[in-house]
Amino acid sequence: METFLHQVIAGLATGGIYASVALALVMIYQATHHVNFAQGEIAMFSTYIAWSLIQAGMPYWVAFFLTIVIAFVLGVLVERIIVRPVEQAPVLSVVVVFIGLLVIFNSLAGWIYTYTIKTFPSPFPEKPPFGTHLVSSHEIGAVGVTLVVLALLYSFFRFTPLGLAMRAAAQNPESSRLVGIRVGWMLALGWGLASAIGAIAGMMVAPIVFLDPNMMSGILLYAFAAALVGGIDNPGGAVLGGFIVGVLENVLGAYVIGNDLKLSVALVLIIGVLVIRPSGLFGRVHVTRV
Amino acid sequence: MTTEIALSAAPAARPARSRLAGLAVLFIVVCALPFLVSSYTTFQLTLVIVYSIVLLGLNILTGYNGQISLGHGAFYAIGAYVAAILMDKYGVPYWATIPVSGALCLVVGFLFGLPALRLEGLYLALATFALGVSMPQLIKYKGIDTWTGGVQGITILKPDPPFGLPLNQDQWLFYFCLAVAAVMFWLGWNLLRGRVGRALIAIRDQPIAAEAMGVNNAMYKSLAFGVSAMFTGVAGALGAIAVQFVAPDSFSIFLSISFLVGVVIGGIASISGAIWGALFIQFVPNIADQISKAAPWAIYGVFLIGFMYVMPVGVAGAIRIFWARMKRKAGSSPQRSG
Repeated sequence: METFLHQVIAGLATGGIYASVALALVMIYQATHHVNFAQGEIAMFSTYIAWSLIQAGMPYWVAFFLTIVIAFVLGVLVERIIVRPVEQAPVLSVVVVFIGLLVIFNSLAGWIYTYTIKTFPSPFPEKPPFGTHLVSSHEIGAVGVTLVVLALLYSFFRFTPLGLAMRAAAQNPESSRLVGIRVGWMLALGWGLASAIGAIAGMMVAPIVFLDPNMMSGILLYAFAAALVGGIDNPGGAVLGGFIVGVLENVLGAYVIGNDLKLSVALVLIIGVLVIRPSGLFGRVHVTRV
Repeated sequence: MTTEIALSAAPAARPARSRLAGLAVLFIVVCALPFLVSSYTTFQLTLVIVYSIVLLGLNILTGYNGQISLGHGAFYAIGAYVAAILMDKYGVPYWATIPVSGALCLVVGFLFGLPALRLEGLYLALATFALGVSMPQLIKYKGIDTWTGGVQGITILKPDPPFGLPLNQDQWLFYFCLAVAAVMFWLGWNLLRGRVGRALIAIRDQPIAAEAMGVNNAMYKSLAFGVSAMFTGVAGALGAIAVQFVAPDSFSIFLSISFLVGVVIGGIASISGAIWGALFIQFVPNIADQISKAAPWAIYGVFLIGFMYVMPVGVAGAIRIFWARMKRKAGSSPQRSG
């Protein structure tokens, strides 16, 4: 029973990571209606930046917030410089540009920082909390950070004029332009926010999986799964989807099918959910107008 | 999201005579190639032919029918493994494995197409992406490693040229793949230029209207998946024979992504695009490697983005636009002077 509980809680902790990457995906999707395949690599790259800052002797939390700012600027720059010129191109061409970004970031990270695995410090105490061994402090901390980010995002979109403007720009670009919203900049802002969230996710996952240029590839798949299970247009659903995927992956991996086929869990889960509810568990059902 | 890739209608019902002549010249040049270049280059060109079959298959699905697949590496893997297992365990001659691979992939693709029917755009991309990612794991699965050879994979022998033809193995393989590719391209062209092609395009552009016109959307969409997987499976079998080796990690998600990249770079909804795309995915990584040993993939990524800036509709699309412009110029200039 104790091991089962441990598996569930460890699943919740990794689920928190999936949730934050899923949140970043949902953000970009809401702002631009694109799924950014390079999201994970941008997060990985930001984590390397944080690593450099910490190596340079900066205190953890200073490096943490500085990295978020850098990631935000990076996201805005990528949108302005690389994605904007292909805005009008066919969707598949945009997808190929994202794939290009993915390999560029991956390769640059390997070139600058080499492919050797690095340890990344955790800001949370090493001692497990509440005197139990079920869960480490870092895992609880990571889940907490994810929930805080979700709350902040929710309030940003719900209660600030800028958040409202961003939602409007995504939903109806033409009308938004007419009421004076600068739609292009709202897209860039969406990219910046998403890459900042990605950076947070990267810094939370790095102490668990260690830092290397390929650390996000598996996570990105699970995050995709989480986003789609929860519904790609629903940030809360994406977070819940992340936790669901994390727990299922861990429990099924430990008891039913073994670690060898863990990735296939994601496959079965995605196809299963999508076949039963094509727009995700909490997504809005789209009605096509003839 | 998929309707926006609408670019061209079905291929011309009957090619112009000048175009046929061009094709004949091209065919002779291609046939001469193995005698002009080294063995290794011949092998690379063989792979280009193999990839072009995959890209044609993927184009039927993505370009003509508007269904995105990020998992075609999985069907390629199935084709390759079927060929390798048949040759290695059952002593089946290499040429006989190709129809078996194709048939099996047709069935598997059709079955995968059934649940995929309910998914569109992004969701389909994700489901197929998951298929591509989990394929190497499924192949490594312990229950079937007596057939698949587990992580080690299977080594097979390169076929000798038949009837005492004065060719070396690489040259023979090149011609063999070329012949299979010719049959597959002929099949694909015939499929796309008629009723079926029109139905596929109609579903891509206006699914509801197509349904109202009496097109059986579900049937055609699953069929497109099956046929596309069949092309990929045939190519997978050829690829396994050419490389003489199959192992789970040669079929990573990166292969699937390369295929999609090839289709888009070559030109969506274009038969000749398959060849351009195949050249790209075979040779550009090598070129990138020569430019920078330290970060070859960064160069590759720059190439990808650069291509999309210059030719957002792919090489075949760019050529089409170029010809249309030339024709307009040629057609309008005499009027102006006269």
